[in-house]
Amino acid sequence: MKEEVRLMKGNEAVAHAAILYGCDGYFGYPITPQSEVLETLEALMPWETTGMVVLQAESEVAAINMVYGGAATGKAVMTSSSSPGISLKQEGISYIAGSELPALILNVMRGGPGLGTIQPSQADYFQATKGGGHGDYHLIVLSPASVQEMVDFVALGFDLSFKYRTPAMILADGIVGQMMEKVVLPPQRPRRTDEEIRQQCPWAITGKKGDRKRNVITSLELESSRMEVINQRLQATYREIEKNETRWEEINVEGADYLMVAFGSIARICTKAMEIAEEKGIKVGIVRPITLWPFPKEAVEKAAQGKKGILCVELNAGQMIEDVRLAVHDRLPVEHYGRLGGIIPSPQEIVDALEAKLVAESK
Amino acid sequence: MDIQDIIKEENKVYCKPELIDDVHMHYCPGCSHGVVHKLLAEVIAEMGIADRTVGVSPVGCAVFAYNYVDVDWVEAAHGRAPAVATAVSRLWQDNVVFTYQGDGDMAAIGTAESIHAANRGENIVMIFVNNAIYGMTGGQMAPTTLIGQKTATTPYGRRVDLNGHPLEITNLMAILDGTCYVTRQAVHTPAAVRKTKACIKKAFENAIAKKGTSVVEIVSTCNSGWKMSPVESNEWMAQHMFEKYPLGDLKNI
Repeated sequence: MKEEVRLMKGNEAVAHAAILYGCDGYFGYPITPQSEVLETLEALMPWETTGMVVLQAESEVAAINMVYGGAATGKAVMTSSSSPGISLKQEGISYIAGSELPALILNVMRGGPGLGTIQPSQADYFQATKGGGHGDYHLIVLSPASVQEMVDFVALGFDLSFKYRTPAMILADGIVGQMMEKVVLPPQRPRRTDEEIRQQCPWAITGKKGDRKRNVITSLELESSRMEVINQRLQATYREIEKNETRWEEINVEGADYLMVAFGSIARICTKAMEIAEEKGIKVGIVRPITLWPFPKEAVEKAAQGKKGILCVELNAGQMIEDVRLAVHDRLPVEHYGRLGGIIPSPQEIVDALEAKLVAESK
Repeated sequence: MDIQDIIKEENKVYCKPELIDDVHMHYCPGCSHGVVHKLLAEVIAEMGIADRTVGVSPVGCAVFAYNYVDVDWVEAAHGRAPAVATAVSRLWQDNVVFTYQGDGDMAAIGTAESIHAANRGENIVMIFVNNAIYGMTGGQMAPTTLIGQKTATTPYGRRVDLNGHPLEITNLMAILDGTCYVTRQAVHTPAAVRKTKACIKKAFENAIAKKGTSVVEIVSTCNSGWKMSPVESNEWMAQHMFEKYPLGDLKNI
């Protein structure tokens, strides 16, 4: 059967993907530029078909705590928001991580700080990859560069978060959320039955049936020696994730003199910049981190070998560049180029930056 | 007569509820929480719903409620119990979900979540222990602290000009279309304990019948925070708290 190609916005595509994955519940609060996720879900009425619960909460704070409650019962639950709203959710995200629960969070980033702008940005990289809320924890952070990846990462995010019992975040920028592209949706997966959840998630608070001891979902432990053990268990999980789940894409890395490292929609603008540079005789390759945490540091280090310099292109003032510098131990020049406040650079601007910051310097 | 002749099944007039665990409670002697826990455990056992009841514990003195009552529990962030309970209830509609919240949880940091869960008419039970003080953190002012009442953060007594008025959140709950049953009770006398137990049972029956949100406020003592003996606390509560927070049903439909 021929695959059906649809044309839709990244945000709409996430709503479809959630239903098709067999997601049990979505809890959200409107904020630009991602309100189409909730709007699309309400229009599709999945409670009539798959039985998925969709609820507009009274705040982002309530929405993430609904996700915490739903995740505690073993259900596949998610929320979405944009930068200021994601800041509000940080307490809840920390609790979900601390309680070792699976959940999916979508951040369609807009410019900050503060109320900022509704235009696209990638300025929440630090928040997403270094913690965001309080305590020692990480999220699995997936960075989509296309509407198709918005769809694919819903399933990947849920699968990884259940595999490791840790929350996953899709860190999209406003461009990917708002732009329309061709997309192929996956087939409908059935939601897990309550009985399947009881078997697959014996830790979940599903009602204390039979002989099992009661389940308690909490992130509280006042006894320091036990709290340290819990933290060590979390860290061991993070090391496993680093080992198994690091993802990235390489474009024309072999034979290139320079490297661009970029994530999300900007990586696609970089591919055009790469072509313009090629016409000028500058050979550039691209590494696009797909998991921002765990960061593909070994891949970046390997790709950097023999290169004259690296340009990190980001819609922020220089955040991912810190991870790139750590990956290559500053053995070669690493420069940053970014636009702020919701402005998207043209491919030519990126080439100009490459020439000014790296090519001119190495001559 | 030997004591062993007295300790016999046929002479038993009182026993520990089957759902209360054999562990030391962290609550202070004289505190109302222990009685409320006992009533919850008795109601859940008598209704035969322990295998489908889920509790949501708060931040505050009852944060460790999950250590005592033998049902599944999830521990919420401060004020967020009603949001957590909303999802637990909607995603497992055969289960019976209750929150256990203090005055800070219900009427300060969690006002939005409490009002909105009740306004949506979530089919949950909200147990609200109002002792007019923040016990867990050492006796600071609560939203329900009375005018003139001394706490660690109102050392000369609560003043309207500095601290505003005590918040009667349960009265607010009663005017919401989503609530079906809103009552204010206490556990300071045997009669009051029996009455409160009946109210908690009614609230659980409402949740099972999917009638909407039930709120059971229990005006309570905090003898440690109030710096009184348990007996003095009960007397002070009856004398002062009941004036601001009169007992009885505010809504019953």
